[in-house]
Formats: sequence, C-alpha cells, structure tokens
Amino acid sequence: MTGFSKQWPLWEVFIRGQHGLSHRHVGSLHAVDAESAMKNARDVYTRRNEGVSIWVVEAAQITASSPSDKGPLYEPSESKVYRHPTFFEIPEEVGAM
Amino acid sequence: MSHALFETLLRLGDNTLILGHRVGEWCGIAPVLEEDIALANMALDLIGQTQMWLALAAEIEGKGRSADDLAMLRDAWDFRNVLLVEQPNGDFGQTLMRQFLFDQFHLLQLQALTDSSDQRIAAIAAKAVKEVTYHLERSSDTVIALGDGTSESNSRMQTALNKLWPYAGEMFVTDPIDLESVEAGIIPDPSTLRDAYMDAAEKVFKLAHLAPPEGNFAHSGGKTGFRHSEHLGHLLTQMQWMQRAYPGAQW
Repeated sequence: MTGFSKQWPLWEVFIRGQHGLSHRHVGSLHAVDAESAMKNARDVYTRRNEGVSIWVVEAAQITASSPSDKGPLYEPSESKVYRHPTFFEIPEEVGAM
Repeated sequence: MSHALFETLLRLGDNTLILGHRVGEWCGIAPVLEEDIALANMALDLIGQTQMWLALAAEIEGKGRSADDLAMLRDAWDFRNVLLVEQPNGDFGQTLMRQFLFDQFHLLQLQALTDSSDQRIAAIAAKAVKEVTYHLERSSDTVIALGDGTSESNSRMQTALNKLWPYAGEMFVTDPIDLESVEAGIIPDPSTLRDAYMDAAEKVFKLAHLAPPEGNFAHSGGKTGFRHSEHLGHLLTQMQWMQRAYPGAQW
C-alpha cells in the first residue's frame, strides 16, 4: 500500500436540527471515507440530540469564494437599496410577514 | 429473592460495567480525536446500561444495596462478567477486536432479551439494543478496515484475534443458573446464539482477511465468578479507588 497520506481527508459536516428546515454547517472532522465520516459526525456532533439528518462533504469538494474578491463580489449590492423590499406599503390585513 | 434472577442480572450488568470501564480507559489518549469521542460515547452507553441492569439486580436482591454499591463495593470474586471484557485494551486494534467479539454477542443477546418474560428486562433490552446496533456497526467496520488495511494493521488484527478468540467461547456456555432463567423465559439459552454469532463473525473475518485460530479451547470462570483473570483485580483498584478511599463520596 503506497500513496497513503498520513492524514485522513477533512470533511465538512452539516446537520438538520429537530425543528430546523435546512442543514446547517456545524464543523469539520477527519475520516478515511464518506461512511466513516458519517459515523464520526454522528459521534462528534449529535451526542446531545442535535439532529435528525446529517450531510458530510469532503472539504476538498467545496469551492469557496475568495476573500480578495470581496470588492467585485459584494460591494456593488451595498448601494442598491431598492433591492430590499422596503418600498412597498403592506396592507394591515396581511399581518406579519 | 430469586437467586438465579439476581445472578442473571449481575452477568448482564457486570459485562457492560467492566467493558464500559475498559473502553473509558481510552478517553483522552485514542489515536485520533474522532475515535476518542466515539469510544467515550460507547463507554457511556455501556455504563448507562449498567445502571439499569444493576439497579434492577439490587432491587431483586432486596438487601438495601444500590447499583452504585454493587459496582463499587464488590470484590473480584463477586463479579460475573465474562473474561473477554476484562482483558486489557492492548493496542487500538486489540480494543476494537475485543469490542467486535463482544458486540456481536451482545446484539444477539439483547435482541432475544426484548422478548423476555420479565417486562423490566425486556424494556432495558429494547433501549440498549439501539445503542448496541450502532456499536456493532462501528466495531465491525473498523475490524474490516484494519484487517483489510496495510500489512502492519492486518498483522496486528490477526494477533488480536489469536489472543482474544479463546475468550469468545465462554459467552455461549450455558450453566445451571442460565438454565433456570431460560426455563422461566427470562433469557435466551446462550448456547443457541452461537450459530448466528459464528456466521456473522465469519463474514466479518472474511472481509477483514483474518482467520480465527484453530481449535475450540475456551477460557472460562468469569461469568460464574469461579476464576477471573488477574486483570480484573487491577481494573477494580482503579475503578473503585475513590469509593474505597472516601466511602460515600459524591459530587
């Protein structure tokens, strides 16, 4: 057996809570494969009854935005207040939205 | 009180107590953080099961002893756990091999106990069976992964199997105390669990490229209390030290 890295790959863990609608990122862990990552996630992140569903994703498979692109990516939306739905009168009958 | 029922409950509770303590010895020193937490979880599951078994044992005994008294104030010859669970941890592979050998038996035993004629025992078994299903999944997968890993990990797992296999047989020996409980419909006859155990173990060993040693020799003396191995006394000195030095101490 050659080509084994000493370190197991990193996995990101997402858990859907008892009442949550979507999975939330809760942390990361190391595991040799997806199945053992799932077991480790169960042991590390659901000990206190936190969740009803677990997703694990190998961290290397995640494409993340780069902090240095912050300007072009996000700043243009800062000055576009009209994209927020705050310019409408909401009839009282509608109640809380 | 029924002597056989009390002994039967001690056998159940002492298996989980001693194995729980052994597994707990890894806390903080396991090879990786994820395994460390997984082992601690499993140890806590086993101690939780112990509380239920020994509380019921104490109630059946009716001498005013508690589960804590039974766990912390008995000496080695009063313990009724099988010899397998008191064997030292060894390396990580040996710990997981011991775990697999016990988990496979434990699951079959608990599945049968959910049909116990004693409702209290059936209820404890129904709760424990879910935990132990996961224990077995984890230990069998790890035995396979290490057995089918590198030549180093394979040889360590084979060494562990050679060492521990002679302790597996004791789990399937039926003695007069078992028979009394079997006849009352309280527990399954341990010897009837053997075939399913061997089938399941064989599948795992095949995938793990491991082979149990030849021969049917089985150590005995744990569950009857006749002769524990030297390791139990050492384990008890650690586990019971606090209660012995400071009787009644609480936190």
